[in-house]
Amino acid sequence: MSGARGQVHLWVVQRVTAMLLAAAVVVHLVTIVSAVRGGLTAAEIIGRLQGHEGWLLFYVLFALAAGLHGAIGLRNIAAETIGLRGRSADLAWVAAGLLTAGFGIRAAIGLYA
Amino acid sequence: MAEPASLKVSVWRGAEQGEFARYEVPARANQTVLDVVTHIQREIDPSLAYRFACRVGMCGSCAMTVNGRARWTCRTHVRKVVDADGALELRPLANLPVIRDLAADLTPFFEKWRRARGQFEPKDAPDGAVPADFAVVPPGSKARAEADAGIECIGCGVCYASCDVVAWNPDYLGPAAMNRAWTLVNDVRDGARAGRLEAVAGDAGCHSCHSTQSCTERCPKNLDPSSAIAGLKRALFWDTLLGRR
Amino acid sequence: MDLRPRSHPTYLAFVVHRVSGLLLALFLPVHFWALGSAIRGEAALDGLLRWTENPLAKAAETLLVVLLAAHLAGGLRVLALEFLGWRRRQKDMVAISAGIALLAGLMFLLNVV
Repeated sequence: MSGARGQVHLWVVQRVTAMLLAAAVVVHLVTIVSAVRGGLTAAEIIGRLQGHEGWLLFYVLFALAAGLHGAIGLRNIAAETIGLRGRSADLAWVAAGLLTAGFGIRAAIGLYA
Repeated sequence: MAEPASLKVSVWRGAEQGEFARYEVPARANQTVLDVVTHIQREIDPSLAYRFACRVGMCGSCAMTVNGRARWTCRTHVRKVVDADGALELRPLANLPVIRDLAADLTPFFEKWRRARGQFEPKDAPDGAVPADFAVVPPGSKARAEADAGIECIGCGVCYASCDVVAWNPDYLGPAAMNRAWTLVNDVRDGARAGRLEAVAGDAGCHSCHSTQSCTERCPKNLDPSSAIAGLKRALFWDTLLGRR
Repeated sequence: MDLRPRSHPTYLAFVVHRVSGLLLALFLPVHFWALGSAIRGEAALDGLLRWTENPLAKAAETLLVVLLAAHLAGGLRVLALEFLGWRRRQKDMVAISAGIALLAGLMFLLNVV
């Protein structure tokens, strides 16, 4: 796999996750704005999410897309501002993205269970 | 706008290291920035180095940084870029080595056209033979319209000097080279589509473009290299996803 | 940094997209970590929610909502340019993106206060 090919794949992941996030963020923003009406309580959040497979699936995909999308964005910023480039840096960024997503998935499972 | 009686012109003198020299140039009606530079060289300081050829916006030789923005100087009227105080600041094009004074070295710029495979490679005559008949290209076809949108490039380097991504990544091909590649990708007579897309893929190519559209904003020919680069991304996206490369 | 060649609307849109993306990407792991740690029970989650009741946290939340909406709207413009070839009326699309971001922030503020 050439360097350029891996870079194209990162770009493709960035844009495919962007398309997923476009829909997910709309849902997230609508949820936020309607949920904060009258204050947030733990019971309200847990009541919405506990035992709902649909919300679990949504948040798992959301966290995965957000983690990867953010990490690839940070990769581009690091490359262009401090010159951090190369294959090992790219792999480290993907790992950081997956780790972040893992935290999000942990939270989603916690609220579901 | 009130016309100043004279222009206070700061001109870059030297190479990478250098300083601004100040000249007072009489203001005239319908004066272009190139007229101002020519006046300085002929009447004040013959050692000033700059480049021009056609003076009518065809050759792409005379681009410079005028009051912070890259422009073709032969078609830029002074009154368009100067305030009532008559201050004019001239530098060589950015993102390129400086030969001397206002002359930038465009070698890396044209080298990148070559790297982006910016030359036409005829499908019908790969060995250089003349095809038996003319190719039929309907002018109204979508591909031809895309190609036509970008073919009037004069190679002036204004887009290249205006692009931040070039400044951030010296390997980045830049707007003009990729605009050229996009016209050829859309040329149905061309046979090098796959290799050309390969040449413009990755961080040194179209995938580093952030659509700041400085190239499109500054292009003196009103071309849209930013959209051409977007077209290359689109072609590569589907080719990658559908396993065509 | 010379601002004279960087004053057109699409450049400003790039800066907003980059800064919002950077801040959101840095916030994301914190968000996930805090949420994941707080879901050990309703009481812990309520503790986190009570902490966010102070005005400074509310202001930061509003900023995050605006950043998220700005990144979403600006990202949709870039996706339309890249995948649909929408090259016309870029300046109008930048203005619409900015409007969407501010509207989201306003809606959040109206509901949260």
